[in-house]
Amino acid sequence: MEVLYVLWLRQIKKYWRSRARMIGSLGQPLLFLIAFGFGFGSIYQKAEGGNFIQFLAPGIIAMSILFTAMFTGIELIWDRQFGFLKETLVAPVSRPKIMLGRTLGGATVSVFQGVVVLLVSLLVGFKIGNPALLPLAILFMFLIALLFTAFGTAIASRMEDMQAFPLVMNFIIMPIFFFSGALFPLEGLSGPIEAVTNFNPLTYGVDGLRGALGGAYHLGLFADLAVLALTTIFLFGLGSYLFSTIEI
Amino acid sequence: MKKSIIKVEGLTKNFNSFTAVDGISFEVDEGEIFAFLGPNGAGKTTTIKMLTTLLNPTKGKMLLNGLDPALEKDRARKSFGIVFQDPSLDDELTAYENMEFHGAIYRVPKQVREERISYLLKLVGLIERKNDFVKTFSGGMKRRLEIARGLIHHPKILFLDEPTLGLDPQTRNSIWDYIRKLNKEEGMTVFFTTHYMEEAEKVADTVAIIDRGKILKSGTAGELKSLTKTASLEDAFLKLTGYSIREENSKAIDNLRMARRMWRR
Repeated sequence: MEVLYVLWLRQIKKYWRSRARMIGSLGQPLLFLIAFGFGFGSIYQKAEGGNFIQFLAPGIIAMSILFTAMFTGIELIWDRQFGFLKETLVAPVSRPKIMLGRTLGGATVSVFQGVVVLLVSLLVGFKIGNPALLPLAILFMFLIALLFTAFGTAIASRMEDMQAFPLVMNFIIMPIFFFSGALFPLEGLSGPIEAVTNFNPLTYGVDGLRGALGGAYHLGLFADLAVLALTTIFLFGLGSYLFSTIEI
Repeated sequence: MKKSIIKVEGLTKNFNSFTAVDGISFEVDEGEIFAFLGPNGAGKTTTIKMLTTLLNPTKGKMLLNGLDPALEKDRARKSFGIVFQDPSLDDELTAYENMEFHGAIYRVPKQVREERISYLLKLVGLIERKNDFVKTFSGGMKRRLEIARGLIHHPKILFLDEPTLGLDPQTRNSIWDYIRKLNKEEGMTVFFTTHYMEEAEKVADTVAIIDRGKILKSGTAGELKSLTKTASLEDAFLKLTGYSIREENSKAIDNLRMARRMWRR
């Protein structure tokens, strides 16, 4: 237990100490909320969608969790390059356990980031539907965070350095964000786009978060929970396997 | 008859077409201090990486405390500790936090851990800087901290890869005194690599000279000197390995350091 705790604590400390990074990573969600929220607000209203901020905020919260989680997962590469990874890899701790400690730490940080964005969105006019459902919203945040931290770690286990990072950013993280229903409703999408969104795990995260925060579930609470949980378990297993085979 | 705690037979590691370690065999007795001497790129670090489960060998057999590090990784890891040649500290944690992290993942009981950490930080002269971030440390301070960290848990086998490189003689002496004390009192086996000949001569029971992935000779320092008919271990080393200067590939770590700083902003 203590081993998991120190692995977790390390991630928290590193995050907490880089204030610049914390503040910096609030910039993007805030920009998206204001620019899209107010920019498309009137069109959305005319199309009888209702208040766009109300629709958009859960998507932006999910986005900030996605980014933070993927980054903390991919941070494994820094540990590899700067040698600290060796220190953990020779320790008498099984690799899946190291992966679990790291992932829990990264996920905690990401949920914290998500909560901060939620608070910011309240300032721009977002309203929580039913405060009693907040724990459910936090659960969704945590599932999204775990899933993508594990995914980031899995990717990082196969990367030697940061050269491939723009590739991951543009071909994995951005598409996951754009095709998740974070920015637009899932109703009435054309076939191929709908297929892509259905295949995207973040879609279920955004949907669940939107439902828990007061909007409507498009896919259903249980479908959202089940898909997220199963994908998380799968990616965690895959990540552990890839992590276990790292050679330095 | 002494019991061997490390046994290596025909160990080979290829990286694509390059053979870093070429069928080496050796044994280290329990409680012995064993030195690996060799020029840059001789295969010392690669051998240590295979013994410490970080690399899988291409061929050959290894036994470490009766376990195969290539197959029984988790169990083998319980038998050893290692001080790496390359940096392996977390720059964004303090000196104390780095020590504490190590003690915890090696499951050293809390009280023992705290005692050893303050003792070791005093030993390497870093006790006053214990709450400073490692990123503010000089190269020598980092090196001292890494050695101190490697000694928190008392493993059966301690690997030291060029442990004292860049340290002043005072620090080197106090560190070696402490390691020898552990070796005597707890029967800890020590396997180290070094460039300092007098260090190998002074502390090692057995010296193995390795070059281009092969072990050329091994024995006590005295045996190696009489074998090569030379007056010092350094002369014996040069006679065996030749005088040419070895190339080592540089790493892109400096570029990365800069990239990280930018990315973090």
